[in-house]
Amino acid sequence: MTATQNILSAAIAANRFGLGARPGELATIEAHPQAWLSMQLKGRPPVLSDPALKPSSHTLRQVLDLRREMVEARRDRKQGDGSEKAVGAALKLRDIYAPVYADEVHARFSHAVATDRPFLERLTQFWTNHFAVSVDKIAVLGLAGAMEREAIRPNVLGKFTDLLIAAEQHPAMILYLDNQASIGPHSRAAGFLGRRGGSERKAGINENLAREILELHTLGVDGGYSQADVTTFAQAISGWSIGGEPQGRRVARLAADGGKPGEFHFREAFHEPGAKQLLGRSYRDGGLRQGVDILEDLALRPQTARHVCGKLARHFVADDPPPALVERLSRAWLDSHGALSKVYEALIESPEAWSAPSAKFKTPADYLYSTHRALGLSVSDGRRALQPFETLGQRSLMPGSPAGWPDTSADWDGSSALLKRIAWADDLGQRVGTARNARELAPQILGAMLNPETATAIARAESGAQALTLLLASPEFMRR
Amino acid sequence: MAEPLSRRRFLETALFTGATSLVSSRLVLASAATDARFVFVLLRGALDGLSAVPPVGDPEYAALRGQIALARTGADAALPLDGTFGLHPALTFLHSSYQAKQLAVIHAVATPYRERSHFDGQDVLEGGGLHPHDSSSGWLNRAIAALPARAAETGVALGANIPLAMRGPAEVASWSATQIDSLDEETLARLTDLYARDPMLSRRLADALESDAIATESGATQRDGGRRGNFAARYTATARAAANFLRRDDGPRIAMFDTTGWDTHANEGGAQGQLALRLRGLDASMAALRESLGPVWSRTVVLIATEFGRTAAINGTRGTDHGTGAAAFLLGGAVAGGSVIADWPGLSRQNLHDGRDLKPTCDLRAIVKGVLHDHLAVPAQALDTAVYPGSHAIRARPGLVASV
Repeated sequence: MTATQNILSAAIAANRFGLGARPGELATIEAHPQAWLSMQLKGRPPVLSDPALKPSSHTLRQVLDLRREMVEARRDRKQGDGSEKAVGAALKLRDIYAPVYADEVHARFSHAVATDRPFLERLTQFWTNHFAVSVDKIAVLGLAGAMEREAIRPNVLGKFTDLLIAAEQHPAMILYLDNQASIGPHSRAAGFLGRRGGSERKAGINENLAREILELHTLGVDGGYSQADVTTFAQAISGWSIGGEPQGRRVARLAADGGKPGEFHFREAFHEPGAKQLLGRSYRDGGLRQGVDILEDLALRPQTARHVCGKLARHFVADDPPPALVERLSRAWLDSHGALSKVYEALIESPEAWSAPSAKFKTPADYLYSTHRALGLSVSDGRRALQPFETLGQRSLMPGSPAGWPDTSADWDGSSALLKRIAWADDLGQRVGTARNARELAPQILGAMLNPETATAIARAESGAQALTLLLASPEFMRR
Repeated sequence: MAEPLSRRRFLETALFTGATSLVSSRLVLASAATDARFVFVLLRGALDGLSAVPPVGDPEYAALRGQIALARTGADAALPLDGTFGLHPALTFLHSSYQAKQLAVIHAVATPYRERSHFDGQDVLEGGGLHPHDSSSGWLNRAIAALPARAAETGVALGANIPLAMRGPAEVASWSATQIDSLDEETLARLTDLYARDPMLSRRLADALESDAIATESGATQRDGGRRGNFAARYTATARAAANFLRRDDGPRIAMFDTTGWDTHANEGGAQGQLALRLRGLDASMAALRESLGPVWSRTVVLIATEFGRTAAINGTRGTDHGTGAAAFLLGGAVAGGSVIADWPGLSRQNLHDGRDLKPTCDLRAIVKGVLHDHLAVPAQALDTAVYPGSHAIRARPGLVASV
């Protein structure tokens, strides 16, 4: 690479692969832009060290306690008393979850702003979005951030198989896609409920998790599975639940294997027994193992490699990624049996990934991270950390559906979305602009991507505030 | 230094004197353009049509639905429509509209899509093709493009970004509440210059400023209802903003917004509960739309539709899974309502699609084509080829719109 190429590549490495350049960073990346990225793939992924963060099992145990209170309150109410208690218990769920959520968002936002391995962090958030649990479902409000720390981060440089199993078995995913009380029609629990007849409820499976694993997490919607495969897979993972008291006290007594409260737990009594036929393969009856076997096979199917690599290529390169690139990534996936760092290496070695101009319109989260990194801003405390995401239209960990946030320009470049971004940048410019020198900052964060017109506009700005706004709202800072 | 131009003045200048190149008067309609209004409300997540419009007279209904079945009589009973169907008790405004013949209910309806992915289902519903990803534009945008007479911007999407149904050849505005009171005018003008070499951003910015001026006029600024509001507050704020656009003589004629949260796999509830809460919000937003539109309501048709229905039977977690046949609604002063449009297949097992879902007996495209043709005067040829390509065999359903 020539020096000129390296200057451009440094800007691409920091902004497209990373989360935006910090002042001074481009100068160090310039020597070896590609090596700067691959170095970030070495060594264990960092752990978020914020002492406020608690394991999901800790948070869930509080919820299980709360649920016990609610059951008691309901019993009291039947005896003509305690309605206030019931309302109090319902309110407390949000009381438990809302501060946990704010702490999690604060921690991941702060990490994205401060990390020296921004490429790794972008990958982490890519996977969090791939295995999306959305906090508009109150049941996961206090768990979604913990899921990223517990299931995603430790596996982001490992095998896709391990990442997949960790994600599907995380209590947040189990609750988000309703698997905790999915009961096989021929399971012991179903037999018990059938004999009792009536009052409690009919047992049955819930196919939500099984369907989304096939459609979103592995094969992709065109991956060649049928409704029968969805149903069979749902039966195979019936019993994948959470420890503690399951719904219905009698079922709880039956399933005496309560498990560790708040942790993933396989409820044998809920599991549909028998061998299963899925996608042309046979899986023998093996309890928990059966579902794991299926996931291990799914992880290495070519359809899965193509589906997930297509998403990776779209995220890093272009809304319509070059087929040759997707093919190359899929090959790396299959050749390495899903070793993710091999796939990432293939990505950063691909010439398509280094072409200018920037093809990706930043999401609001990208925009916020890059702004904070460029200006060295610290993240506001507590609930105020949530606010900019809300203002710009991408609430943290709340994509609204298991498909996660969409990843093309048309999903983010609406006129109203743009105006919100400009208004936010203007407000920031007015608050901190006079203390900054946008003219010096612009080449430091945009490097070779900075257009002369933008540099001129910044230079001619009538105030420091306006100069900063123009930089942050410039076409090149809107994209990566 | 001259007194800074106020934001409103800046816009007015741009809009009405053409003194800057920022905004052309694209919203000003040609005189021959339609006076009819159309609103598309998309319910993402698959509305449970069998709870929204419960077939309480179907002999299989109560047993299939178990705990979440709605009763025919009693305190929480379904609101009666005809001998077979009722409305969910949360839909009180829709029910009174039905009685006033301003609501038509369509049941056992579906797009051509027969799989069960939300995302592909929505893609077919919005794209208007036969298969997912057939099209990168939407049927509603193509319908706007086919209107006999129109301004450059006849459509508006209520949301920060434009959903697929509204993407395409016709220029469409988008709007959602933004706090831009403090936005510096001079900065805005310089930014407009800076964007001049970037056609996409340039157009977006001009559109945003124009839309913002309309949506917030007459003191009707809506704070982002989604901030901490409930569903009713959020949807109502959106509906009122839509009305602000539509009631103008020179404004857009067609609006779209979407709502989420209909994917009721667990603890769906019956007369009360999760689904009831959302239905109540939807109902309230429609009442607000009617109120805000005032006299324009009499020229309005609202289509409320979802990507597919849900399973006929309750599942193991007191909810319902992804299904096929769905319910849809036509609401408004211009609707020839007061009836349930359904070739009812029945819920007995042998009549269920794949042995589990309400069988679709009506193609949603026939309904939409009927409305677009009779209400907005989209030519039949365009409906068959451009709006829903290759849909000649799906005849536009007549009689959905009241003849004035």
